[in-house]
Amino acid sequence: MWPMTPATQRSISDEIAQLHAAAQPGETRTRLDFAPYRSSVLRHPTKAPLTVDPEEVELAAPVFGQSDVDPTEADLTLHPQGEPIGERMVVTGRVLDADGRPVRGQLVEIWQANAAGRYVHKGDQHPAPLDPHFHGAGRCLTDGEGRYRFTTIKPGPYPWRNHDNAWRPAHIHFSLFGHEFTQRLVTQMYFPGDPLFPLDPIFQSITDEQARQRLIATYDHDVTTHEWATGYSWDIVLTGSHATPMEEDTDA
Amino acid sequence: MREHGRSAPTPGQTVGPFFHYALPYDDGPRLAPAGAPDTIRLHGTVYDGAGAPVPDALLEVRQADTSGRVPATEGSLRRDGRFTGWGRAATDRAGRYAFTTVEPAPVRDGAAAYFAVTVFARGLLDRVFTRIYVPGRGLEDDPLLGALPADRRGTLIAMRDSDGALHHDIRLQGEGETVFLAFPGHE
Repeated sequence: MWPMTPATQRSISDEIAQLHAAAQPGETRTRLDFAPYRSSVLRHPTKAPLTVDPEEVELAAPVFGQSDVDPTEADLTLHPQGEPIGERMVVTGRVLDADGRPVRGQLVEIWQANAAGRYVHKGDQHPAPLDPHFHGAGRCLTDGEGRYRFTTIKPGPYPWRNHDNAWRPAHIHFSLFGHEFTQRLVTQMYFPGDPLFPLDPIFQSITDEQARQRLIATYDHDVTTHEWATGYSWDIVLTGSHATPMEEDTDA
Repeated sequence: MREHGRSAPTPGQTVGPFFHYALPYDDGPRLAPAGAPDTIRLHGTVYDGAGAPVPDALLEVRQADTSGRVPATEGSLRRDGRFTGWGRAATDRAGRYAFTTVEPAPVRDGAAAYFAVTVFARGLLDRVFTRIYVPGRGLEDDPLLGALPADRRGTLIAMRDSDGALHHDIRLQGEGETVFLAFPGHE
């Protein structure tokens, strides 16, 4: 079988522009069917989801606690043999439900590339150096205000094989739980001002500009610490709300 | 953007190809210890729209215990013998997943029993929800199954292997596409 010629960035960007131009205003959810991200073509459901009232099992999120997570897991720069290379940074924020109520004592997981844009994952073929002192995965529990806080290294952008000369903007993967099973969220946090944003079909799979902005952290000098680490703030809002699952909100 | 007083949700993004060193963990697929009384396997394959297995998917299940109670017990990451009713499994190179767990009982008299399921994968831009029903009693009166055309109900009902295991494939797209769910207020 002959390999297909990979698309150019220009043609991918044209596809993105056409899909955005045809999108309805206010479509704020990530599209599952977004062909410029080539891997989505055969992996998105084609039928509309069935709307169903959540039942007991779906109204109860899994519970995590102190016995699940060690506090040191929130510092990705800790390594027994030495310190990782790169820009040390703190990222912190609150996990909230749609009514603005904090999600307390709940699990937050992150994973990311190192400063050179390389993941520890064996499938990552990018010829950038691994850092022997950086693994790139962390966990914490939110506090009484729903706040999480990680110390890490700012990840680098990296190339991928979606199309010719494709590069992902730097990001940290986040995994979140809410009060209910239905609130589950896995997403990516980006950094302000990244020149790769308009080129990236994963970021652009959210057609609404304002909704995309909600994935971008804010540089926060109040989080930055003297002679130690730069700081970023990023709040995460889950769908739905606690204990009032139905409300009047069935029109969306 | 939404009605008064509600914050706009943070959009999802794909779990990507590189989650394996971060999200899966040893006890993730073992909700109950293998070999303990009442344990069963829940297993199957995740397929894409061309019928090819998806080797980089991740499943999470939430379930009741054998008495129909939904545990609110910590310890899913370090189980130490606790049954928490939640587990996580990545698919292998052949697209297969497997959990060792107990069979959930109905949470109400006459209700059907099922696993609530979240599916993630490289190429899947946001998580999708579904259910895996335990075959047998209660299915006829289940409101969700009743809302589906007959030819799609089967995509949500596990099959019983001869050894008692539950077998259930997930098809992200195409013929036999699994029914995925949306919850009111969570769009």
